[in-house]
Amino acid sequence: MLELRGINKSYVNGRQVLADLSYTLGAGEYVAVMGESGVGKSTLLNLIAGLDTPDTGEILIGGTAMSSLDDDAATRLRRKEFGFVFQAFHILPHLTLRQNIALPLLLNGASRKHTEDRTEQMLGAVGLHGRAQHFPRQLSGGELQRVAIARALVHCPKLILADEPTGNLDPDTAHDILMLMRGEIKANGASGIIVTHSHAAAATADRVLVLTKNGLRPEDAAHPANSLQRR
Amino acid sequence: MLSRWLLLGEWKAHLVQAAVAIIAIALGVALGYTIHLINTAAFNEFSAAARSLSGQSDLEVRGPRATFDESLYPMLAQHDHVELANPVLELDVAIPGNLHERRDATLKILGLDIFRASVMAPDLIGIPAEDKLFDILGDDAIFLSPAAMEWLGVKQGDPLQLRVGTQTITLRIAGSLRRARAGQRIGVMDVGATQWRFQRIGQLSRIELKLMPGSDRAAFKAALEQELAQRGQYLVTETADQEARIANMSRAYRVNLNMLAMVALFTGTFLVLSTQALSVVRRRHQFALLRVLGLTRGQLLKQILFEGAVLGAIGSLAGLALGYVTAATALHYFGGDLGGGFFTAVKPEVRFDPLAAILFFILGLGITLLGSAAPAWEAATANPAPALKSGSEDAALSKLATPWPGLLCLASGILFTQLPPVFDLPIFGYLAIAQLLTGGIVLMPRLSALIFSALSPASAKRKPGTVASILATLSLARLANAPNQAAIALSGVLASFTLMVAMAIMVASFRVSVDDWLKHILPADLYLRTATSGDARGLTPDEMKALASVPGIARVDFSRSSQLMLDPSRPSIALIARPIDMSDPGNTLPMTDDAIAPALLPRNAMVIWVSEAMVDLYGYTPGKQVTLPIAVPAPSFIVAGVWRDYGRQFGAIQMQLADYQALTGDRHVNDAALWLQKGVTPEQMMKSMKSLPFGNVLEFSEPGQIRALSLKIFDRSFAITYLLEGVAVIIGLLGVAASFSAQALARTKEFGMLRHIGMTRRQILGMLAVEGGLLTTLGTVLGFTLGWCISLILVFIVNPQSFHWTMQLSLPWKGLLAAALVLIASAAMAALAAGRRAVSGNAIRAVREDW
Repeated sequence: MLELRGINKSYVNGRQVLADLSYTLGAGEYVAVMGESGVGKSTLLNLIAGLDTPDTGEILIGGTAMSSLDDDAATRLRRKEFGFVFQAFHILPHLTLRQNIALPLLLNGASRKHTEDRTEQMLGAVGLHGRAQHFPRQLSGGELQRVAIARALVHCPKLILADEPTGNLDPDTAHDILMLMRGEIKANGASGIIVTHSHAAAATADRVLVLTKNGLRPEDAAHPANSLQRR
Repeated sequence: MLSRWLLLGEWKAHLVQAAVAIIAIALGVALGYTIHLINTAAFNEFSAAARSLSGQSDLEVRGPRATFDESLYPMLAQHDHVELANPVLELDVAIPGNLHERRDATLKILGLDIFRASVMAPDLIGIPAEDKLFDILGDDAIFLSPAAMEWLGVKQGDPLQLRVGTQTITLRIAGSLRRARAGQRIGVMDVGATQWRFQRIGQLSRIELKLMPGSDRAAFKAALEQELAQRGQYLVTETADQEARIANMSRAYRVNLNMLAMVALFTGTFLVLSTQALSVVRRRHQFALLRVLGLTRGQLLKQILFEGAVLGAIGSLAGLALGYVTAATALHYFGGDLGGGFFTAVKPEVRFDPLAAILFFILGLGITLLGSAAPAWEAATANPAPALKSGSEDAALSKLATPWPGLLCLASGILFTQLPPVFDLPIFGYLAIAQLLTGGIVLMPRLSALIFSALSPASAKRKPGTVASILATLSLARLANAPNQAAIALSGVLASFTLMVAMAIMVASFRVSVDDWLKHILPADLYLRTATSGDARGLTPDEMKALASVPGIARVDFSRSSQLMLDPSRPSIALIARPIDMSDPGNTLPMTDDAIAPALLPRNAMVIWVSEAMVDLYGYTPGKQVTLPIAVPAPSFIVAGVWRDYGRQFGAIQMQLADYQALTGDRHVNDAALWLQKGVTPEQMMKSMKSLPFGNVLEFSEPGQIRALSLKIFDRSFAITYLLEGVAVIIGLLGVAASFSAQALARTKEFGMLRHIGMTRRQILGMLAVEGGLLTTLGTVLGFTLGWCISLILVFIVNPQSFHWTMQLSLPWKGLLAAALVLIASAAMAALAAGRRAVSGNAIRAVREDW
């Protein structure tokens, strides 16, 4: 599904964050990426999403090299194949929940009927049935993140990128959201990468990787947080 | 569907900002369309009225002066190619009245040959009473148009008194005209009767010619010109010449008024720019998210432009409707004259002008798109990943801080000031103004960053901990570090204030110059004339003698004014003959520096002094030898100097009365300037003069009265400009209110944080008021500087090129200072009102909101 080949990336100030990073993510695989602050986790997600470009190296999505795509083509690929969940939710405040969730379908030119049916289905899936006409201001943080998950999956993308999706939530709500996300990713047959500082959050993934200046490596299997992964 | 959702969502959330932008566009378009409709309606009606007086003639023969000898008529009437020749004597006759009541109390009277006119201009034939059919040839009968009857308050059968020199004659109103245009005030008489009753025996104004069918008009005109050249000075003109003459008469005024109306629209552009730019900044995260979710750059660009286009379309349509209604109302209640005095005595009706409507719609839509283009481009090209993070708002506008586009605009503006007029219009002058204004506004972020950064350390030195110090530090820090948003908020008001300053300086300069000019041209103690205006025959030599011998007069100067047509496509010029001090013409005339020293003039040469318009329009430069068609053969004159004339923009020539009388044989005069002996008051002199046999018809004016009346007319002429400026400033203030409101809302999180750390609502509001006040103070200072520069263009380029007069620069300090203070206070209030809404919410929720 995703292949990273020898990725190098430095910031504008010259500090190198990613050095010769290589990794392959299989279809249907759901991994967590951990690491210290400033190590380049979010940068890695931006590179995968085509929002940023590596200095050297190649990123392949389903066999397509991102570097071969211009901005519009990368945008079209992102629109079709990717779903995003952010720490700060990023729900458009002036649109209803239905409209927010339907955004990716509209961008992909889905029919009105399909859009309505699928949006309703996702609202139900994330436990917000009957609240389609509500506005974001009427929701709690956990509910907003449910909307974000529904939006990330509504168009059946192949890869979900989640950047600290529970960073703004209390532990109980965070757990619910993480299990919901995992369940929905699996139910939709998508792959997923979750970037997090939380071991509890990472534990909901199939595998946990740690990003260091030496690249991505599997976390110590003995780490207690990995017990969830094995279940 | 997505476009609609995003648009409606934004509008629902920020209805006020959208409404303000729409109102600004609507007002701009409405003003422009109103002025256009009124001017067009008035101009068309005026042209049609003027055309109706010429009937259906192919050509007209006229002299360079108001009348010529009728001996030409038989030759033309019997000409091979002429089917019909219609002799016309056209006079503007004074109606006895009070100087202060009816300044322009003259009635246009056409003397027509009824038999020929019935073919050539049948609408102008009078309808006599059934039992008095011969009234159409009667020597005491006059037929009046319905508008003239209404204006004079008379009806058929009533007597009508008219002024002829120092005499008053009484005519009988014999009926109305067959078909006169609405509002057209004219009277028609038999041509012979007109010549006799108005002491113009043997004189005609023009002979209208209808050519034989199949005649080549151009060839005939050329042949006739040659033929007539041997008989004297005649002009053969066509309808097109008359159209051009009428168009030339008011063109500069109309263009200038339209340009002024455009100011409001121009200000609206900056308001749209600020609304759209701040909306884009506020929605930077949203757009970044949409880009992440898959909206392409092109789609985002289209979306923002679409939003702007919808604003522009609604605003423009509303503006067109408002403009039409305003024009119809104004024409109905106030007529077609907007203060210039060109279109009085016509009653135009508004007509929907689809072409102009489309043009103004495109203009409204265009400026909205122009205002939206830069923010849209910024949003579309922004990198979505960093844009998702907060704190990047001012970076979004960082391109505005680049000084080069602004400097380029200023440089091109300066270059444009050096270019000549195009088609007698100061096109490059206006372009220079637009460039200077745009350049100044574009440089605003850079300047505000520089100035507020310089002020920041000073505020930091204040005693720490005081409320004033906190407010000043916070306000200056924001203005210094986020200058782009601040500058954009001010662009609308900067544009309008700049133009207001420029116009105020120009009008003040003009007014002071006119006042000085009036003082110079009115040196005598008392002035008299036989009629306020019109083709009065004036005072005869005997009457002049009688006047001069009245006890108490120290000196009397008589003058003779008449019209002279030098170019059929231009309005006639004024020829004024009076005694002029040859040793120092500046004693008599308000001379410019452009003159030849009297000692350098050839001995025995006849000289003339020309107004500035004569130099621009006819090339009468000092030293040039010119001929004037006032006698046969046309005598030559040397142009001895140029004088300032704010009374006649189409040109005027002054010459010695003795030269004029010797050349023309015309011994009549129109005006007299009286210097009184010591101890004699004007009132005593007027009383003495009234006892003369013709004393009752003399009209007296003291210099003070003439000055007051002239300045009143001046102020009335510029009233419309004050109105237009006012609207532009209101639009600018709307822009400030909308921008501050948008910024305050965008800073809700910041205010929530400040509340958390202990600032009271009142302190936050104080901070906003300080910010608004400081920003507007800077805006007014810059606006004043920029306005002063633009006023130089108006005073030294636009006015001389449009109206052919120069003036001295005067600054109306008090008025400008008052306007600036009102503006600063209004802006601070607007900032305060906008902030009140933003801080009224829950501080806890404010810091938790992710947008």
